[in-house]
Amino acid sequence: MTDGDRVDTHCPYCALQCGMTLRATGDLISIEPRDFPTNRGGLCQKGWTAADLLDHPERITTPLIRQDGELRPASWEDALTLIASRITSIQRRYDENAVAVFGGGGLTNEKSYALGKFARVALRTRNIDYNGRFCMSSAAAAGIRAFGIDRGLPFPLADVGSADTLLLVGANVAETMPPFGRWLADQKARGGTLIVIDPRATPTAKQATLHLQPTPGTDLAIANALLHIALTEGLLDKDYLAERTTGFDEVRRTVANYWPARVERLTGVPVQDLESAARALAGAERAIILTARGAEQHAKGVDTVSAFINLALALGLPGRPGSGYGCLTGQGNGQGGREHGQKADQLPGYRKIDDPEARRHVAGVWGVDPGMLPGPGVSAYELLDALGTEAGPKAMLLFGSNPVVSAPRAGRVTERIRSLEFLVVADFLLSETAALADVVLPTAMWAEEDGTMTNLEGRVLRRHAVRRPPGQARTDLQILHALAERLGVAHGFPEDPAEVFAELRRASAGGIADYQGVTWERIDARDGVFWPCPDEDGPDTPRMFTERFGTPDGRARMTPVEHRPAAEEPCADYPYYLTTGRVLAQYQSGTQTRRVDALRRAAPRAFVELHPDLAARLGVTDGEALTVTSRRGEVTAPARLSDAIREDTVFMPFHWAGKGRANTLTNDALDPVSRMPEFKVCAVRLERTAG
Amino acid sequence: MKVAIIGYGMAGSRLAAELRARRADVKVTVLGAEPHRAYNRIMLSNLLAGKIDESDVEITEAAGHGVDVRPGTAVTAIDRAARTVTTACGDVLPYDHLVLATGGEAVLPDVPGLDPLPDRVAVFRTLDDCRRILAVAGTARTAIVLGGGLLGLEAARGLTARGLKVSVVHAVDRLMNRQIDAGASGVLTRTLADLGIECVLDAATEAVESAPDHVTVRLADGRALHAGLLVIACGVRAETSLARTAGLDVRRGVLVDDALRTSDPHVSAIGDCAEHDGVTGGLVAPAWEQARVVAARLTGEDAVYRPRAVVTRLKAAGIDLAAMGTLRGDEELTFSDPARGTYARLCIDGDRLAGAVMLGDNPAVGTVIQLFDRGTPVPGDRRALLLGRALGSAPVAAVESPALMPDATTICQCNTVSKGALVRCWRAGARSIGDVVAATRATTGCGTCGDAVRGIVDWLSAVDAPSSSEVPA
Repeated sequence: MTDGDRVDTHCPYCALQCGMTLRATGDLISIEPRDFPTNRGGLCQKGWTAADLLDHPERITTPLIRQDGELRPASWEDALTLIASRITSIQRRYDENAVAVFGGGGLTNEKSYALGKFARVALRTRNIDYNGRFCMSSAAAAGIRAFGIDRGLPFPLADVGSADTLLLVGANVAETMPPFGRWLADQKARGGTLIVIDPRATPTAKQATLHLQPTPGTDLAIANALLHIALTEGLLDKDYLAERTTGFDEVRRTVANYWPARVERLTGVPVQDLESAARALAGAERAIILTARGAEQHAKGVDTVSAFINLALALGLPGRPGSGYGCLTGQGNGQGGREHGQKADQLPGYRKIDDPEARRHVAGVWGVDPGMLPGPGVSAYELLDALGTEAGPKAMLLFGSNPVVSAPRAGRVTERIRSLEFLVVADFLLSETAALADVVLPTAMWAEEDGTMTNLEGRVLRRHAVRRPPGQARTDLQILHALAERLGVAHGFPEDPAEVFAELRRASAGGIADYQGVTWERIDARDGVFWPCPDEDGPDTPRMFTERFGTPDGRARMTPVEHRPAAEEPCADYPYYLTTGRVLAQYQSGTQTRRVDALRRAAPRAFVELHPDLAARLGVTDGEALTVTSRRGEVTAPARLSDAIREDTVFMPFHWAGKGRANTLTNDALDPVSRMPEFKVCAVRLERTAG
Repeated sequence: MKVAIIGYGMAGSRLAAELRARRADVKVTVLGAEPHRAYNRIMLSNLLAGKIDESDVEITEAAGHGVDVRPGTAVTAIDRAARTVTTACGDVLPYDHLVLATGGEAVLPDVPGLDPLPDRVAVFRTLDDCRRILAVAGTARTAIVLGGGLLGLEAARGLTARGLKVSVVHAVDRLMNRQIDAGASGVLTRTLADLGIECVLDAATEAVESAPDHVTVRLADGRALHAGLLVIACGVRAETSLARTAGLDVRRGVLVDDALRTSDPHVSAIGDCAEHDGVTGGLVAPAWEQARVVAARLTGEDAVYRPRAVVTRLKAAGIDLAAMGTLRGDEELTFSDPARGTYARLCIDGDRLAGAVMLGDNPAVGTVIQLFDRGTPVPGDRRALLLGRALGSAPVAAVESPALMPDATTICQCNTVSKGALVRCWRAGARSIGDVVAATRATTGCGTCGDAVRGIVDWLSAVDAPSSSEVPA
């Protein structure tokens, strides 16, 4: 796939991982969309402009060390020596766990794997987690609970285009993964029904045949009501329930209490619409239910996903060709990032770190004593919340993440990060978190590295370098290699991603996410390889669950789940709901996209979207500054009037830092199972900004 | 603490579940007179309709984890001094706190011919009532429902779904007279007629006569109606006999205060058997709220019961009725389309919704119910209450004439391309779709703006590279 100065690779941003071709003409890198099975020749504005950052003036090209309060260019030798000595002294003064590692869902599989191994083997700390906890953890936990396996889409994306009924729950694909829209267009052209559940009439919802616009935080009740209706109208697949599932009786007795009129009052969604949705799903030959962050980023995110999985199972969808349940993964390697061990409780191959057999296997591959592997650490928010505290980590190494902007209750998180004795950030731009670091290490960008990514379908893809990193920038693997060496671990951290991938394959062998049979050559030869793929000569798995689920008895497990209020409901002092999300022209914490001219022009700043009636009551006109206050802080941003939002709710995108940082407001209430924070709903007060 | 709950209906089972969920150190015994698992009374009309099986109305049991559920166990006496209850089989159970959730019993009209209840006559309240109705319905082609309230209409709709021809006999001149106005009743009567349900209004029943194969209802105006089945749905009366015998204060129901305590602080009452602030039950939402409050109090929280306004909802195949609040206010919105069975009347007081009746296809009904529940201001454009939000329109209106479209209109969302950008591109020399796409990247994301871009390029071709003055801003 490489041809000197022309390579086929994938977009650096979201989990759709659109196929693109990079061409180097002199120093200039240009991008062309590629006809790949996910994007079929489409690219959004983020993808088209991705190369603008490669030689951006703000690109970090040398290590930076903080001296006299300022980050100043330094040599690699000085930076690495400083890091090793500070880590050593902190670990000597406290213990191994005093050094934490924070990763990201944008890192390649090789880097995610190496980072998890680095934490356990070189640092011997249990404190590693990553920003995917804020992304995929609820769907992952619910998927494992029901199916025994968590693969975002257990079927190829193309199935979406031929679904007779497609239900999107809290998914705004028209803005978050625009070329996905090609499949929606196909689905519509074939006469399919699109149902969208979202408190906002997003560009995606506006394409829907039926839009359910519930009170924020009530998706679970809707799912239970849809199942209740399917039950009372005799629309369940009883043979499927009997043959392929367990636990339906208790689910049935739970959803019996979700009669439509009760749920209408709770959610504001008319009974008629609930009935239409249930019938459209049950009556379809091919029906697909997809959830995304809107349903998942709640303190009851796991149960909400379980409720939709229950619905899918009761209608006999999972494992039926053309039908099923899936979640739409967010970050570029949000799938692979959750499989190879950068999660606190996990080892490569989607293994559990507290499982003795898993520890033996992975320790064997790593050539270490299983007894030396640390146990499970705490989840991302709990880790960030503990930084600098008496019992918490005193130092942190951070790769591919910007929690100062992207973590919930970001004011508190920023305070915790500032309280660290020592912070190292590896990044290619000076993110808001990197700006707080003691040492910043310049890293390669996507067009400068080889490796693999696993997209939202569980399809392992190849990322190809078209050029070398500029200046002194190095790949993360080179950085981990050098750091490990200085920490006295001379072997086991190769710089070559191909070598790392070969080891990852062995480490994943026999695990849930089995990459043993995946080779770079095989990926290049055929548009990627779907895991599990245990055998180099055997088939991969585009469609899962056709015969059995990944549970011990092969049946899907149904779990009864109950609606409960959001962790913070509106009250007299904070009378409105705030929900957060994304806009098309920005990506995640905005470190990259806020620096691209075209994207900044398209989406220059944070805003508060609110209904014109609410604006009139507050005396605010379009564009006027509005102060939004929650129990955790206040932000100021211009009002954007829109009748696409409920009158009881305001929306803010979370891509910006400073005064418009939406995550200053968000709630750090966590899901009891996934430890997902409640990004999608909290209570706020609104005031015209004085002056 | 030992808590005894008498009654295992919607209120009693909910209380047991709430107590269990709180995982407090409370030992709960539930004594249910009915011999069944906990079930959802609201689903009984679905059972009548034949869409579901008996097992489908079961709800989650709270048994285990400190909760002892004893269905089929009637209580015969309460000894408040000794703090014990005695069951029909002679067991004596001590309690620290007793909760009455004895529910209600169907009211029988005071007319000759119903005592004892004849074979082809049934009330409609419990699962056993439902069984009785279904047993008779199997041998009947016609049915009369006595009572045109919510329960009667639900029963009628369920029976027509079974293929029976149903007449509803109601003593007042409009249906659901406690909830809806004459206008809605008129439209509802028509809707029911279309569904095969005949309504006989303003019709006092004088007597019921039974024969082996049919029942006759004699009306005060001399008419006689015949049917194979008679279902009586004339309301519910609080079941208070145990409380009365035990000496608790009782009016229509067992009197309770805001803490849901009866005249004995060791005894609470919830659900249909309780009377709070002059109101007795009949609905699930208040009963569940009462269960929540009692569970909170029994586990050390200081909760009080604040009744919420009632929303009455009748939803069955072909019928969609919501009624709430009072139909008085200083502003009134109405909509009526009897031919299509739609009616709406909303009363607004100040900027708050005082009450509403909505029947038929009212897309904003969910919003209206939430506005009423929360007491939040109604929308500035009142039509939103009748018509709902305008949704389902495509993000890009390809049909809109390009000439009239403002320059700032976004044509391609995925690549942020406005109409103005396309025009500029044309003026800079682009002359085909391909040129425009190459220069602006419009259509290269999701691709759905293809028609709109084509339309603009066609228009630009037709007007031949307009100057900016010809392009309205």
